[in-house]
Amino acid sequence: MFAFIVRRLLFLPVVIFVLTIFIVGLLQLLSPEQRAAAFIQNDNQARNLQLVIREHGLDKPFLVQYWNWLKAAAQGNLGFSKSSNLPVLDTIKQRFPSTLELALYSLIPLIGFGIWLGTLAGLNKNKFIDQFARVFAVVTGNIPTFVMGIILVVIFYGLLGIAPGPGQVSPENQIYMLTNPVPTRTGMLSIDALLAGNWVIFWDVIHHLILPVITLTTVLNANLIMVTRGSMIETLNQDFVRTARAKGLSERTVNIKHARRNALLPVATIAGFQVAALLGGAVITETIFAWPGIGSWGADAASRFDVPGILGFALLAGIVTVVMNLVVDILYAVIDPRVRFD
Amino acid sequence: MAATARATASVGEKRETFWTSRPLRRLRRNKLAWVGLTLVILFTILAAFAPLLAPPPLIGNNCLRDLGVSQPAAVYNPLGSTFWRAVLIPPASCYQITRINFKPEPSPPLRPIRTDAGPVRPLLGTANGYDVWYGLVWGARTAFKLAITVVFFQLLIGITLGAISGYFGGWIDNLLQRFIEVILSFPSLVLVIVITAILGPSLTNVMIAFIAVGWAGYARIVRGDVLKVRILEFVDGARALGVSDLRLIVRHIIPNALTTITAIAVLDLGSLPLAAAGLSFLGIGLPVGFADWGQLISFARAWIQGTADNRLAYWYVSFYPALTIILFGLGWNLLGSAVRDAVDPRDNG
Repeated sequence: MFAFIVRRLLFLPVVIFVLTIFIVGLLQLLSPEQRAAAFIQNDNQARNLQLVIREHGLDKPFLVQYWNWLKAAAQGNLGFSKSSNLPVLDTIKQRFPSTLELALYSLIPLIGFGIWLGTLAGLNKNKFIDQFARVFAVVTGNIPTFVMGIILVVIFYGLLGIAPGPGQVSPENQIYMLTNPVPTRTGMLSIDALLAGNWVIFWDVIHHLILPVITLTTVLNANLIMVTRGSMIETLNQDFVRTARAKGLSERTVNIKHARRNALLPVATIAGFQVAALLGGAVITETIFAWPGIGSWGADAASRFDVPGILGFALLAGIVTVVMNLVVDILYAVIDPRVRFD
Repeated sequence: MAATARATASVGEKRETFWTSRPLRRLRRNKLAWVGLTLVILFTILAAFAPLLAPPPLIGNNCLRDLGVSQPAAVYNPLGSTFWRAVLIPPASCYQITRINFKPEPSPPLRPIRTDAGPVRPLLGTANGYDVWYGLVWGARTAFKLAITVVFFQLLIGITLGAISGYFGGWIDNLLQRFIEVILSFPSLVLVIVITAILGPSLTNVMIAFIAVGWAGYARIVRGDVLKVRILEFVDGARALGVSDLRLIVRHIIPNALTTITAIAVLDLGSLPLAAAGLSFLGIGLPVGFADWGQLISFARAWIQGTADNRLAYWYVSFYPALTIILFGLGWNLLGSAVRDAVDPRDNG
């Protein structure tokens, strides 16, 4: 197992290496002047474009440019992100906790609801609840995230007026926080507010979290429901379930303790990948609800040709995904004793 | 599959054609597949006859000028060359959504709008001055153009590299597989965003990004299938007869590996346009005003609140694009899932 983890972790630098080579390589398709646009922060620089090009060695051969980039990155300098107006590393430090926050709050409804409905559907195959779950999964699973988000916003914000506007806190609380800042401990605003005993901010953030969480839950749930259902049906047909029934255990014990526990094994993999995707930044959801996380920054950087920002976002998303996939694989071995690493 | 079909025919039983083959029989029995197929056909008609359903406008884009005619009516004459040009290879400017005026505020469906070329009545209203109906119809064409091109090249690259990797093995296989692992270890949306952001907004660049990211999945599946098929007797038999490597791969191994990827390709045909729409919703990928569903949804974002006395004043701006996208996704998914179930050899229903 140890060797397996080490081998997988060794894969991480390879991924990063290929990705960075790839992005720096893509940039070679542009002219040095276009590349220089990524470094311009003020008018003065814009007037002396050649100076910027020489300073950053943008007209040098590809390998030299890559080496320069690598040297800077090794010193913790990933460049300056125009779209966040901060160095890339600081942007990540500032924004990653918000992505983590959204992922944490989405986790329980996502996995809880998906497994609950999937189990129910599997236990009542072809009955009403099963049909309902299948229709629900087909319909929600087919609505792209950006459409689902807009539909929810139209209904709950536009029509009913019960959902708050975009962002993490309401405008009036933003002004309030300018004079009474919430001390940063975790970077996740709702948790920081809770730790500081500031209930007003806490409820405001929770209020703002509801629609993004519903969006992520409904969109990601379809897969989880169908896999749980399928796995449940398969498990219920197995011999050990019949044995459990035969020895006179109650229906509930058989279903929940014997069948569901085993049925959840494939579900765990899918849930793990979904969490990994959430942590990499839910790009579209964060953008729709103007959630100040990694994903909305990445989309912003991409639409404004903020190259250091794009690179930083892609690197972070890649690292998080590789590490999370490793965690999922290890957890899988923990919950399923049949899995062995060799 | 090809081999078994020939064997059955030679025994002298009822000849099995494509239409009576087992997957097709299963597909025909599936009611949801028919619903999906109907929706897909409707969208295909929308896309294929876009120039007739949403004819080039007198004012708002340069489509008429580039077609070389002065009146939209010329498009409806199947005897003239304009008809065929508009339907088969419309100029790029036709994909630009008609911009009736520059008023940001939406105008409701069918309300006449005065323009320099006389009044027009946009069927589904306008958003940011763009004609929503025109955007939806030509957006369907964009969707098909993108999906078909991307899936074609993904399959071409994926099948070629997958077959090479699986058939020859050795260091080629090792190298390709590590490379595929790297691509697959990223969330695909992130990679697509990175590539389009750097290459710049255009339909071609979006297609390049999706092709560059998507072939890896196919290559991996084809490689697995090739490994399975390679050791079967009929391959040994063909090799013993002196068949060349290339012919063996193309004529014997790939056709046997095709069933799995067909189902995935059908599902991809439906999901790719929606992913692309998501990108252009984010403002990445397609230039502003290009006929694409994601643009229309992003126009709708600014008009969610309605007016003070009517909260649903602008319902049409988000409703029609959302409905179109949902029906398109549903249609392809129903069809794709049915195909997947039909070719699944484990299920003998």
